[in-house]
Amino acid sequence: MKTLAELNAIREKMKNQINNRESVTSSDIRVVVGMATCGIAAGAKPVFAAFNEEVAKRNLTNVKVTQAGCLGMCKLEPMVEVYVPGKEKVTYIKVTAEAAKQIISDHIVNGNPVLKYVIGNE
Amino acid sequence: MFRNHILICGGTGCSSGNSHKIAELMEEKLKKEGLQDEVKLILTGCFGLCACGPVVVVYPEGAFYAHVKTENVDEIIDEHIIKGRIVTHLLYKDPKEAAKETITSLNDTNFYKKQHRVALRNCGLIDPENIDEYIAYDGYQALAKVLNEYTPAQVVDVIKKSGLRGRGGGGFPTGLKWEFAMKQVNDIKYVCCNADEGDPGAFMDRSVLEGDPHAVIEAMTIAGYAIGSSQGYVYVRAEYPIAVKRLQIAINQAKEYGLLGKNILGSNHSFDLEIRLGSGAFVCGEETALMTSIEGNRGEPRPRPPFPAVKGLFGKPTILNNVETFANIAQIILNGAEWFASMGTEKSKGTKVFALGGKITNTGLVEIPMGTTLRTVIEDIGGGIPNGKKFKAAQTGGPSGGCIPASHLDIPIDYDNLISIGSMMGSGGLIVMDEDNCMVDIAKFFLEFTKEESCGKCTPCRIGTTRLLEYLEKITSGNATLKDLDDMEELCYYIKDNSLCGLGQTAPNPVLSTLRYFRDEYVAHIVDKKCPAGVCKKLLTYTINSNCKGCTACARKCPVNAISGNVKEMHYIDPAKCIKCGVCMSTCKFNAIEKK
Repeated sequence: MKTLAELNAIREKMKNQINNRESVTSSDIRVVVGMATCGIAAGAKPVFAAFNEEVAKRNLTNVKVTQAGCLGMCKLEPMVEVYVPGKEKVTYIKVTAEAAKQIISDHIVNGNPVLKYVIGNE
Repeated sequence: MFRNHILICGGTGCSSGNSHKIAELMEEKLKKEGLQDEVKLILTGCFGLCACGPVVVVYPEGAFYAHVKTENVDEIIDEHIIKGRIVTHLLYKDPKEAAKETITSLNDTNFYKKQHRVALRNCGLIDPENIDEYIAYDGYQALAKVLNEYTPAQVVDVIKKSGLRGRGGGGFPTGLKWEFAMKQVNDIKYVCCNADEGDPGAFMDRSVLEGDPHAVIEAMTIAGYAIGSSQGYVYVRAEYPIAVKRLQIAINQAKEYGLLGKNILGSNHSFDLEIRLGSGAFVCGEETALMTSIEGNRGEPRPRPPFPAVKGLFGKPTILNNVETFANIAQIILNGAEWFASMGTEKSKGTKVFALGGKITNTGLVEIPMGTTLRTVIEDIGGGIPNGKKFKAAQTGGPSGGCIPASHLDIPIDYDNLISIGSMMGSGGLIVMDEDNCMVDIAKFFLEFTKEESCGKCTPCRIGTTRLLEYLEKITSGNATLKDLDDMEELCYYIKDNSLCGLGQTAPNPVLSTLRYFRDEYVAHIVDKKCPAGVCKKLLTYTINSNCKGCTACARKCPVNAISGNVKEMHYIDPAKCIKCGVCMSTCKFNAIEKK
């Protein structure tokens, strides 16, 4: 390594890999994916991965993607809950990897919940 | 992309609690479940809360698992990683708030809440054996900034303005030391790091080297640039195998990346680093002895001046800083001198790491801003004294320091305040003592240590500490007179005034400070022939009271057959035969044995 640019390149590359090592704070947006047996069986893993990838791609440092246990309505899995500070939580059901990307872009970035997947609208 | 990061403490404390085996089992289990590409496993440095080790933290939840055993591995993976349910019964519980809910996140614990981590910022957060993780947390950015933007004089100026003082105990201003060395004209200069942490009960330097070795490497390279040196040595004691191993890995990685070696980051600055192992002589923590030892000679101090900044290692200008001092450097460069100077008290800036030990609930490593009171450290962060006992004194500065009694608990901790009450900062060992500790015995313990570790070069230290220990032994065995007490005090001052190096000059401190605050305990040993805390064996008598049921258990256990009596009748201890081992007391089920 001979330049500062190379050092910075390593830093940026690694930042995406370590940013989930900071604990959730109250000002963060939390995306909670139900990852119990029911959720995983219904396909929660690709959803979880999609959220993580999208967050990393857009460099959303204030969004923390975490997993949770069974949310109780196994037939509606994969379920995802989004907590935006100061707002009521939004529960999404039957989320797919595609839907995850839309939730990030519409809801988290632009503030418009994706009604199509919100519980009660099915 | 990993969905979970599992951080397992790989510091010395947790390693002895089998954390490496836990890591191994976790890796196997993750492979078995096909999760090795989703979950990242990292062995980190010390988290600080050694009393709760082995410690495992799972992110992004930040769940803080304490006292993890090998048999808990399957449960953590099955429940937390696969099903997403935090294993609440394994979580850390705050001893003071036991009634409340368990705490999930590290940052919510009382232990971490009042801390401010600068030197320990990466310990327990990054993988110390992976340079990329250090770089991700702004590692080597300070070095890049210095090489691209600062002249050596500017670097020295920033460090001077920050008010950083040597963390090894002396408290000499770091910037000033660097300035002296910078101004010396010589084509060869050296940068040395003192990692010969010898104080009983102190382990902060070890933890920094184990948890964040690159921080020391980066700072030494910066120091090299500031004073114009291209060679550094880290003097580590051989008793720290994990620290040595990780430092060596870190040096190799830095060399591979070109962050050590010739023309670093395209500049004209070249710097190389080597490790030198110390073989555990306490005196080698003294700067001149340390350098003599690096040169390959017997570790003995020499008189100063000339100071090392003028004539140090191999007769060349040298700076020698402690591990913790170096751990602060990169942060000062990145955040500015004003940021660092905004923490702490007027004359002591920044933070200080303490190794909490002794009679305290949360044994471990804490970093606090200077000026925090001892009471906050012991009661809030340390969780108080276990078993409802009463606080008696805190010992700071190891064998060179002194005891701080309860009356000074509210004094803000900084270099000058501690000296004014007869103790010193030292390297940062903080040993808490309760009412069961005998202060004369404590003084004797430290004197035994310094007498053993005196290198023998100068007479006041070699003979003085031996005579001083003899006085203390005379007192603890009940043979001393009050005149001995006065003579002993005089001897203390003689040793302080006439010894060659810091070891001898500070060796009488434990005696002087206990004499100052606990003279009544010395008098009790001499006049009443009693040890108030019940520690000094020769002054104790064991007797049997009327609770005795005559079960004969004690008589059967007594190693010297000092107990006699018939079955179902009260027994009797023969004081002439009794060796005061205390076996009878721990054997008796009826509280019939008394110790006075």
